[in-house]
Amino acid sequence: MAAHPSPHLFVPDLSFIFAQSLSGLTAAMFLFLIASGLSLIFGVLRVLNFAHGTFYMLGAYSAYQIVQWLGTGPVSFWVSALGAALAVALLGGLVERFLFQRLYGKEELYQLLFTYALVLILGDAAKLIWGTQQKSLSRPPGLSGAVSLLGATIPYYNLFIILLGPAIALGFWFALQRTRAGRLIRAAALDRETLGALGVNVNALYTGVFVLASFLGGLGGALITPMRAIVPGMDTDVIVEAFVVVVIGGLGSFWGTFLGALIYGQVLSFGILFFPRFSIFSIFALMAAVLIIRPWGLLGRPLR
Amino acid sequence: MSKRIPWFWLVFVAALFVPTLGPRYYTFLANDVLIWALFATSLNLLVGYTGLVSFGHAAYFGIGAYTTGILMKKTGLSFLLAFPLGGLLAAAFALVFGFFCVRLTRIYFAMLTLAFAQIVWAVCLKWNEVTGGEQGMPEIPYPDFGWIDRLAAFVPVLGGYRTAEQFYFLTLVLVAACLLILRRIVGSPFGRMLATIRENPERAEFIGVNVRRYELAAFVLSGGFAGLAGALFGIFNRGVFPDFAYWTKSSEVLIMTLLGGMGAFFGPALGAAVLIWLNQQIVSYTEYWPLVLGTILVVLLFVFPGGIAGAFALLLRRNRRGVARA
Repeated sequence: MAAHPSPHLFVPDLSFIFAQSLSGLTAAMFLFLIASGLSLIFGVLRVLNFAHGTFYMLGAYSAYQIVQWLGTGPVSFWVSALGAALAVALLGGLVERFLFQRLYGKEELYQLLFTYALVLILGDAAKLIWGTQQKSLSRPPGLSGAVSLLGATIPYYNLFIILLGPAIALGFWFALQRTRAGRLIRAAALDRETLGALGVNVNALYTGVFVLASFLGGLGGALITPMRAIVPGMDTDVIVEAFVVVVIGGLGSFWGTFLGALIYGQVLSFGILFFPRFSIFSIFALMAAVLIIRPWGLLGRPLR
Repeated sequence: MSKRIPWFWLVFVAALFVPTLGPRYYTFLANDVLIWALFATSLNLLVGYTGLVSFGHAAYFGIGAYTTGILMKKTGLSFLLAFPLGGLLAAAFALVFGFFCVRLTRIYFAMLTLAFAQIVWAVCLKWNEVTGGEQGMPEIPYPDFGWIDRLAAFVPVLGGYRTAEQFYFLTLVLVAACLLILRRIVGSPFGRMLATIRENPERAEFIGVNVRRYELAAFVLSGGFAGLAGALFGIFNRGVFPDFAYWTKSSEVLIMTLLGGMGAFFGPALGAAVLIWLNQQIVSYTEYWPLVLGTILVVLLFVFPGGIAGAFALLLRRNRRGVARA
């Protein structure tokens, strides 16, 4: 994030605006990674998973832990990011299979509160294991430099994230459209009863969706480690941000989440620049406005 | 038929003796419980009685706390006026926010209540001149208790208490009054209509009830009483802080409500008492209170979905059946 210049000296030149929008774009791609998992779970299971932010935090801590084990080799960062995402995916699968699955068909409030219980338990478990001291990782060796673009200095790592976001989005979209599992997921989002009646193992499908979503959350957390400190409490902050993104774009809508993340990133990064004190406010005001005018979001469909 | 035991008054009278038990700590705990009991009961009017799950109830708690705190600290307004104003402003905001919220259903309703609460939190966090920003506003004064000391000249029983204890008595009387009013509300035809709406909103609509207007009325009442609880909490806490309105506070009070049992009027109050007591017990052993709370919540959801009050009711029913059979 660019430093905020004092108001009376502030003349926004082009390169500065460019740098600021790229910084917003980087934040947006992280949020997309996290929010897409949240949106996927909501779209298929019709549950808002408060624990998704906790999976993101666990991804960050796990990546840190694996780097500690591996040491700083050329590929250790990438191995640990992937390993962390897989570990979180496994945890998500276990939680869904052995606990969450028993709450299907009960009141929505119970499902919500169960995911909140996970926030409490896993958040404290992370404190128990890694303490409250903040941790950080350095950028992977190949991407530690920066490039000068239009007069602005952009770290390679940010560029990587900006490219990774759309790549994952496209891959994800392709999988949803073209593979059998993707078709089943879309069918489950539309009508799970009929899908079950057609002989599809809906429970296994749900577990798969949970695993995939947790993987995305964990990956987001692991990849953010070179840019943000790993601290307790990063989970409860990010989950609300992810809620804002999915609500703006449309709960359960895939491209909506992408659009929501882009809007959020730009509003935040320019909000901090021009109205530093209103940036948080403006984001939640935007969320409220979308819910009032178009509750199903910019690109979503009304729920039946 | 046996006469019903007046539990409410028994607890009230017992609570009057808490400060004479000795340790100041008990009074502190009891005061905390009273305020959260009111907060949780106000939420239950919405969640338990009307069937609207709010994820932003902390907003009204925070508005009440800030209003009363700011009025008493910065303008020196008397508690007698600042307290009801805290509740009124919270109710006014609930009217505006609720107007939009009740138009939505289920998950969208919950999300919009959350969005409004986060707006309130953001304002508390950033409006430095008025709210003190991130640092909050410490040193909210106690109400003026000079009149008690003057009264004590004639009624000796009232004399000899410290300010914190005098505030405890004040809280006790005010919370008891609020709970009685709330109980009258849920027992009234209006309250019955809320339950009808919870059970079947379509049917309520068909028999000519303006469902949204009833829901909005419940939203405003619930927000107003949460504001009163917040007003008391700011003084009790000796300061108001932005996290009063943060979303985790909303989920805390939701857990209390659920723990006590949404089906019974005093369930949420019981939940508040049990949770605060447990917190105190556990914090002296370990700092990992959230871990314990989360585990309690999981057990609750899987084993006793009716909360403590629900479990009791089940037990009583079994006993009665046993007696009838014998």
